Amino acid sequence: MKIDLTPIDAPAIKSRPVYAPLEPRPGKLHVIVADDAGADAVTDLLAKASNRSEILAVAHVMYCPGPTGTDGSAKLEALGAAQFFRAPTIPALLPRLVRVLADAHMGTQFYLAGTESLIGQAEREIMNTGFPFASIQKEQRGSTLRRVQCVHCKGITENVATDPFKCSHCGLSLFVRDHYSRRMAAFQGVNIDAEDPGQVPESVVRFK
Amino acid sequence: MSLDFRPGAFSEFFRDETFRDTFTYTNSNPRRFPFPFDRDDYMYSVNMEPHVPGRKGTAFEHTFDVDEHYVAEMIDRAKVLAEDPLRCQSLPHMTLAGWDVLELIMEAKARDYPQWFSLTKDGNRWHWVNRPLGIEQSFTFLDEATLPYPPFEYIMRQTQGDWTLQDERDGTLWMDAGIATSQADWSVDFDVGMNFHEWHAPVPLAHEKGVFDRALKFLLKLQQGAPVRRFNWTMTVNPLLDTAPETYPKWGPMKASITPENLGRKQHLRVELQSLYRLPRSNAIAFDIRCYLCSFEQIVTVPKWARRLHRVIRDLPEELATYKGFSRNRAAMVTWLSQYDDGAPTSAGWWPDD
Repeated sequence: MKIDLTPIDAPAIKSRPVYAPLEPRPGKLHVIVADDAGADAVTDLLAKASNRSEILAVAHVMYCPGPTGTDGSAKLEALGAAQFFRAPTIPALLPRLVRVLADAHMGTQFYLAGTESLIGQAEREIMNTGFPFASIQKEQRGSTLRRVQCVHCKGITENVATDPFKCSHCGLSLFVRDHYSRRMAAFQGVNIDAEDPGQVPESVVRFK
Repeated sequence: MSLDFRPGAFSEFFRDETFRDTFTYTNSNPRRFPFPFDRDDYMYSVNMEPHVPGRKGTAFEHTFDVDEHYVAEMIDRAKVLAEDPLRCQSLPHMTLAGWDVLELIMEAKARDYPQWFSLTKDGNRWHWVNRPLGIEQSFTFLDEATLPYPPFEYIMRQTQGDWTLQDERDGTLWMDAGIATSQADWSVDFDVGMNFHEWHAPVPLAHEKGVFDRALKFLLKLQQGAPVRRFNWTMTVNPLLDTAPETYPKWGPMKASITPENLGRKQHLRVELQSLYRLPRSNAIAFDIRCYLCSFEQIVTVPKWARRLHRVIRDLPEELATYKGFSRNRAAMVTWLSQYDDGAPTSAGWWPDD
């Protein structure tokens, strides 16, 4: 069991999705899902689109504020998309996305921007409906707080800032392994003092 | 826990032994153990070779090695699955691949071990007999309703080794089904649905060496009827089959129980004989990770293996010892093994010197 903490500036994690700036693409419907500073990724996307008004005319924008309170909803609402929805949190946003997916046809473009938690959970819903991988673009912006699954009790702790941290479900001290599951939309948390119960290193803030 | 099979012939061939609590597991013949080091040092490589029948009386004699631990391993698997059903998962599109692997295993075992297994077919109506586990089952091939479990889980409850089924799409392999009750510290529940590079992400050094790129390229060309195999290995304290991350808080403390006096008995080399099969209907790839355990005191009964294991463990890069989870006991292992290394040269290849 690897218990070394990875430095914050460690090279890319191999199982972690690769993020790139959002690019405008032709589509019959543009589903834009963002949270936190992802609002800026969306305005940047539209700023470089030559057909901005055409995209907005068939765009459905869903947004929620970030885990540290960043709220870009005003600037997204001001874009004038065909539909705009502001949810208070990610769990409150997802049912709307699922409903939209039920009617979405091939030719839909998906743009996900913001925290890894939002991107991961939205991507999971989209992939569950069978849309091709290639129709989903993702850009990470803002908070790097992590969503972590406890490999022992299976509970997911949101907005993890420190390493190690206490599982919010079973209470074990977990280190955040640099292993990411898109199906869970979560990193893996593994008990840090299993071999020497009680010997938990001091927590370090790694994610903000 | 109640078993849904009645283990039969413990007495004549199959050992009545445990992989937990009392840890009565042992090898009647250590020379049968698939020792994984063909030279005195070790570094990751793709190291694939055709999985063809090998020497008689070894783990390589048949496609699927049914050894003296079979019945005890299946009892251990049933216990793990009763405690944690998430250890066996299959995404909905993998049912056909499950039938493929069921067919592969039943046909091979009935062919290679007619004294224990038989398969008779009348069109799609099949009759399977597994004498060591006391199982007799008539069913309709490709009709899930005729088996007590989905096909993948059904055959896996009668098959040694952890298995994954890889769907091929978008130029890579996706681990979309798997069972792990004898794994070296990876989680089926977490990894199911990942692609080839994703599930190997935690492995150090190998990505940089391009090992996984080459391995994937190789595997995508895998043909039906031409399986391949390779070794992997790690270390386990006590003959514990189920070293899952899920239960790490339970078994982790055992790693701290090693002393110079008990090391030879408690410390086990854990070998994975991995084999890969292209499946005919689903075009999926089945991956068998068969675990063999051998205590250090049994390994050193083969002088060549004793010398070689000492050198491999002594010279291994520290990252690998850490990743494989034995850096804590590495120095003690090297000290213990050094008693059995007189510095004499060793012959090439992994077989014991005859």
